[in-house]
Amino acid sequence: MSYSATELLAVVAARQLAGVTSVFAGVGVPLVSAVLAQKTRAPELVIVVEGGSMGPQMVPGRLPYSTNEMRTAPRAQMLPGITDTFLFAQRGFLDVGFVGGAQIDCHGNLNSSVIGAYERPKVRLPGSGGANDIISLCRKVMVVTMHERRRFVPRVDFVTSPGFLAGGDSRRKAGLLFGTVSRIVTHLGTLAFDDETRRLRLESLHPGVTVREVLDNTGFELPVPDRLPVTEPPSEEELETLRRIDPERNFLG
Amino acid sequence: MKSADFVEARRRLEAKPQSTGEKLTTLAQAVQRVRDGDHIAIGGCLFSRSPLAALMEVLRQHRRGLTLSRNLMCYEGELFMAAKAVDGLMTSWFDIALPWGLSIKLREEVEGGRIRFEEWSHLGLGLRYRAGAMGVPFLPTLTMLGSDLMGVTDTRTMECPFTGETLCLVPALFPEVALIHVHRADRFGNCQIDGYPHMDTDIAKAAATVIVTAEEIIDEEEVRNRPDRTVIPGLVVDAVVEMPYGSFPHECYGLYEADFAHFEAYTDAVKAQGTGAINDYLDRYVYGVSGHEEYLALFGEEALARQRRCAEELLGPR
Repeated sequence: MSYSATELLAVVAARQLAGVTSVFAGVGVPLVSAVLAQKTRAPELVIVVEGGSMGPQMVPGRLPYSTNEMRTAPRAQMLPGITDTFLFAQRGFLDVGFVGGAQIDCHGNLNSSVIGAYERPKVRLPGSGGANDIISLCRKVMVVTMHERRRFVPRVDFVTSPGFLAGGDSRRKAGLLFGTVSRIVTHLGTLAFDDETRRLRLESLHPGVTVREVLDNTGFELPVPDRLPVTEPPSEEELETLRRIDPERNFLG
Repeated sequence: MKSADFVEARRRLEAKPQSTGEKLTTLAQAVQRVRDGDHIAIGGCLFSRSPLAALMEVLRQHRRGLTLSRNLMCYEGELFMAAKAVDGLMTSWFDIALPWGLSIKLREEVEGGRIRFEEWSHLGLGLRYRAGAMGVPFLPTLTMLGSDLMGVTDTRTMECPFTGETLCLVPALFPEVALIHVHRADRFGNCQIDGYPHMDTDIAKAAATVIVTAEEIIDEEEVRNRPDRTVIPGLVVDAVVEMPYGSFPHECYGLYEADFAHFEAYTDAVKAQGTGAINDYLDRYVYGVSGHEEYLALFGEEALARQRRCAEELLGPR
């Protein structure tokens, strides 16, 4: 079965949620992946969405455009207020955070605020929403994003959501005691962090992708390990389930 | 952007005549409580339970120099910018949602340096309202730390006096006005909300003046029979207005779904004709109508019924 780049991204991101108890997911591909995981390998997965929904089982074909509309609520177990939803993460209950971002740098910092200077920017982007809170407060965070050179920049113009900041122990020193960015999942492969420098390195490749292709689409130096596992291609079941979840392709492009 | 501090906010509240009596009034009269230069905190979230009827009336009454704050801000922010009613915006996110693309109006105004735009994290702003609701000057949190958001907002770090760890402090926010749309209220302003509470209770408690629109005005006995459903007590409310479809074309949980086709027509017009299309929208939907009934008539009965059916399909009959 053939598949698009976004479909591949959604499938590999969903696989990251096997064995996970709860995922704090942003809208778009992260949420589609979470729903796919719930319908395949993680049926007990508690999806948490910042508009204030815990444990929903969303309706295929009626996925929400935002984090806070009634499409996010079907079969939910609780609808807390927004502040209280984030406070579950601050207390430490939420396992995995799933976020995207317009720009990402070699230390996993994300920018969704401005291209250029904050005052009088070249492009004003929508802003953090809950991304800063999710990346600061969940136990483990994965960034789910398309792999493009304009996104993967040496240094983000603005740190909306802190990854490892300047690397080393700078995240810890800023007071971010808990949580960590564990992996970047893209449509070309996965990237992980060096334990000491907290710089990104290539971790695995998706089927048919070359190292050259990854490097060409990354705007910073990316170490490549000797051994590079190759992802299993999406199965028919995964793709069919995914296409049932978003039949109008609002999120799958 | 400035806010009263907790002492001023307390004094202001104590100086205000408090009423447990009748608060039912018209939209036009309720909105007269909004003054030029006020900070208005907007209830709901993005396109959910937005107090749109009240916001449109603020525009119709030509208020100027306002500051708007909201957890996630939708195109109502564009309408206020196009009407030249607002000087400052405070939010964690500004856009309808990803499928409709970046806000062209926000880009023009911020990139052109014509408006103050203050970005907080979603929780950071939520805790500012909560600190206001609690009547304390700030709250400590573990969010926003290390990010550049701390450099562009009035946050502080502090060494925890108990553990020595670094904390982020967010200052209380005390808006002059809260505009809130709810499912049900009685004539004394006791409010009940179905579905997502969003940040409305905190906003109501933090604000100096609270204006509520309600889908339905219910008998006070209904409130007394189910007091556990009340999320904002009448004591904190100044004015209540019956306003069916008061969020339309945004959604009201369980009652009507957002009219996404309307969002698309609006953004398509802005993409095709530029931001002048937002002024055309104001002429048609705000200045061109006398009030909410005429506004709803522009959408038509069929659209309202269709969005009711969508809500029922999702969440069952109410």
